[in-house]
Amino acid sequence: MTDHLLTIVTFLPLLGAAILLFVGDHDDGGKNLARWVALIVSGITFILSLWMWSQFDNSNAGFQFVENYEWIGTSIGYRMGVDGVSVLFVVLTALLTPVVVISSWGSIQTRVRDYMLVFLILETLCIGVFTALDLAMFYVFFEGSLIPMFLIIGIWGGKRRIQAAYKFFFYTFTGSVLMLLAIMAMYWQAGTLDIRKLLAFHFDPRLQFWLWLAFFASFAVKMPMWPFHRWLPEAHVEAPTGGSVILAAILLKLGGYGFIRVSLAMFPDASVTFAPFVFTLSVAAIVITSLVALVQTDMKKLIAYSSVAHMGFVTMGIFSGNAMAVHGAVFQMISHGIVSGALFLCVGVVYDRLHTRDIAAYGGLVSNMPRYAVAFMVFTMANVGLPGTSGFIGEFLTMIGTFQVNTWVVFFAAFGVIFSAAYALYLYRRIVFGALTKPSLKGMLDLNFRELAVLVPLIVLTIFFGFYPAPILDATAASVNLVAENFSKAISTGAALVASVN
Amino acid sequence: MTSDLSSFAALAPAYPELLLAVGAVVLLLAGVLFSRERSTGLSVISIVLLVAVIAVAIWQPAEGVLFNGGFIVDGFARYMKFLVLGGSAVTLILSTSAAKPFGLDKFEYSILVLLATLGMMVMVSANDLMSLYVGLELQSLALYVVAALRRGDSRATEAGLKYFVLGALASGLLLYGASLVYGFTGLTQLDQIIGAVTGHRSVGLIFGMVFLLAGIAFKISAVPFHMWTPDVYEGAPTPVTAFFSTAPKVAAMALIIRVVTVSFGPLTHDWQQIVVFLSIASMVLAAFAAIGQNNLKRLLAYSSIGHVGFALVGLSAGTAVGVEGVAVYLAIYITMNIGFFAVLLSLRTADGSYVETIPQLAGLAQKRPFVAGIMAVVMFSFIGLPPLAGFFAKWQVFLAAIDAHLFALAIIGVLASAVSAFYYLRIVKVMYFDEPTTDFVAAPAELTAVMAVTGFLLVTYFFTVSSPLYAAAHAAAGSLF
Repeated sequence: MTDHLLTIVTFLPLLGAAILLFVGDHDDGGKNLARWVALIVSGITFILSLWMWSQFDNSNAGFQFVENYEWIGTSIGYRMGVDGVSVLFVVLTALLTPVVVISSWGSIQTRVRDYMLVFLILETLCIGVFTALDLAMFYVFFEGSLIPMFLIIGIWGGKRRIQAAYKFFFYTFTGSVLMLLAIMAMYWQAGTLDIRKLLAFHFDPRLQFWLWLAFFASFAVKMPMWPFHRWLPEAHVEAPTGGSVILAAILLKLGGYGFIRVSLAMFPDASVTFAPFVFTLSVAAIVITSLVALVQTDMKKLIAYSSVAHMGFVTMGIFSGNAMAVHGAVFQMISHGIVSGALFLCVGVVYDRLHTRDIAAYGGLVSNMPRYAVAFMVFTMANVGLPGTSGFIGEFLTMIGTFQVNTWVVFFAAFGVIFSAAYALYLYRRIVFGALTKPSLKGMLDLNFRELAVLVPLIVLTIFFGFYPAPILDATAASVNLVAENFSKAISTGAALVASVN
Repeated sequence: MTSDLSSFAALAPAYPELLLAVGAVVLLLAGVLFSRERSTGLSVISIVLLVAVIAVAIWQPAEGVLFNGGFIVDGFARYMKFLVLGGSAVTLILSTSAAKPFGLDKFEYSILVLLATLGMMVMVSANDLMSLYVGLELQSLALYVVAALRRGDSRATEAGLKYFVLGALASGLLLYGASLVYGFTGLTQLDQIIGAVTGHRSVGLIFGMVFLLAGIAFKISAVPFHMWTPDVYEGAPTPVTAFFSTAPKVAAMALIIRVVTVSFGPLTHDWQQIVVFLSIASMVLAAFAAIGQNNLKRLLAYSSIGHVGFALVGLSAGTAVGVEGVAVYLAIYITMNIGFFAVLLSLRTADGSYVETIPQLAGLAQKRPFVAGIMAVVMFSFIGLPPLAGFFAKWQVFLAAIDAHLFALAIIGVLASAVSAFYYLRIVKVMYFDEPTTDFVAAPAELTAVMAVTGFLLVTYFFTVSSPLYAAAHAAAGSLF
């Protein structure tokens, strides 16, 4: 079974989607059936992904569970495999899809079958991005995720959903087509799109420059980096809760994963050239979007901007290129996946009750929703990066790592930590604390069983990884060290080459 | 006369054409003798005939050059013939239920389609400027009549007339080019012109090539020779538009591929500029011009102009990789178009009129989820989003362009495809995000079947047909180089 484990984990949700095609959802029975099918399929996928993690050999820096077949001509192969960088993203995706299914159980009542269907398709595509070992397949999965997300925002979104869906689509699509050309150029240079061979191939530094830019166009939009983030707040605000969760927790990570896997590892020379540029944008993202978050009146928008700021730490860490910073970046992505997903779920909880995301409409929820207040508190603290939560480890590691490369960048980035405390606590105070004066809030009930079932595991994970990050760091260690080692080796040989020419 | 015609067996490579020609003539006689109410029966027989021709082409894979070198059957011709025959047969299936409402229930309709198909097969196999012209005209004249077959309808007659006048102009350009080529080389056989080219490269020959290409560009409706397309596509009855946008496009593309690679192969640099220009102009103009369209058929006309531009990206490379890219592209393109027209023809309101404009599709996903799903798949595939087939079509042609270092062309191309996404997405938006307004009656079974098959192929292309199709296209392109 381990021979084809990745294929099964990746395509099992798609099988579930195919089953859903034959489920009618005209009555309540059909709707429940669709929900149960989605839950069972995504649950089995999650269990399989955990099993995969348990079989994963932490000491092996290379790719594991590899499947390798030639496919379309010589250009596209069917290649799958995971290493330390990608394995945890697979688990994260598999974890969050059942979470989304449960959280949408009651809040989605229209076109339930279609909703579950597109989320299962989206799960396959997202897992596929992390398991693909062929750059063309990587692109197929990466770009394919646009279709379900466009439909999720457009069909189940809020009032301005159509603009948001279009904006999401065009930002990401325009960035990605340039990446497509870069992938083709790499094919003609290296003669293959097998990621393992591309990692070993040394591209001409002048070509690297252009390839790096083309990939940057795609990943920077996806990530998103300031100033390419304009689509994100709108998409988040208009998307249904489940869509926001997957968007923040998984889709943004596709960009960060791409930066590590392709930009840093395959174009080390260009990465060095562009590092100051990335640092500038990262610091700008951390500082500016944190300040922007401070003045938001819409809860989802505030969290969306905070995501951009947190991704700033990730890009900063990645392009520092040393093991510690890249470690921190990977950890930060996993942690942000859990925390930001949970924050959007928390917003969804109150949105389902009051149908507004306006911060001013809330206040004093602690009085009648104590359990909610605790849950929201944990994730707010994790978002701030309080020691003892998973949010701390990632930010701290990226900052130490980057400190070795560029002190000033870290100096400015540290302001972001302060600002994040400001906007997150300010948000928390306005919603949870204060007097419960608004009559519309008085009847609000605390978390029900389903909401607890979703949030409690995420709370446990947030705190557990905050105190004991070893399971994550052990899994990523070997592969991240290899990436960092290759990076420094490539730079020093590049420098040696330049020196020898001079 | 050489011994070509001495025995019937020597004609083996041309069996499919012979069968189709004889069949069409017999059906014409039958139609004249027994016409009146037999038209539906005749169209079924025509479909059977086309299937029989496909069967003969599979059963008789003989290749060779016939009729004093004027007619060639090679891997490339066979590949393109399958596309042409398949496209014609399926569009005839699409028109069976729509023939009456569109005034196409005359026996001439299916016979003209058969004759046009015969012309296309000759075009695909043409190895001489004369047979090329004869095939092209046989096809074109049949198409002009088909466009105007609905005599009482002013839009259809206008479309037919426009098509005829502009098509005649294009034929004139082509003939002029052919005469120049003949004048400066003394040769008409395509694969011999290449010899004259390597000898000396005269300005007259270049002129001839330019006129030839301009004439063919009209037939594939590449910008700036595209003006007739939106009007004709909109004015012609929908089943006819479906036919126009599939098989004739394939045949004309096959023609331009053979002419530039076989006859002018060594002059790559000269024709490449022309093809690159046609390609960029088509992609960009179509991407922007289609945005404002409200009529679905007009929108598809611009879409098909754009797709010709994308296919020409592959040809621009001038390499075997490029030609195999175009071959894959054409196969996927006609599949997508067939899906599109199957959807259009299956949406009929209670008062008997067919869907014409985009707003009529509002909320289709709630009324007719299956049809809307197929349409959405076709739209996403038109955009070129993976994992749908349209992506792999674009993949091959752009791969070839990058290989040939045509970076500017490739970048403009992918950006144009991003712009074109705008109008395709609008249809998805209207179907899925808007509230329903129009009610439609149930679709005939054969249209549902066609939709199911095209939808299945487009979605599962990745793991069903990609590999064999690529292998076939690879072999086809290999026979030209």
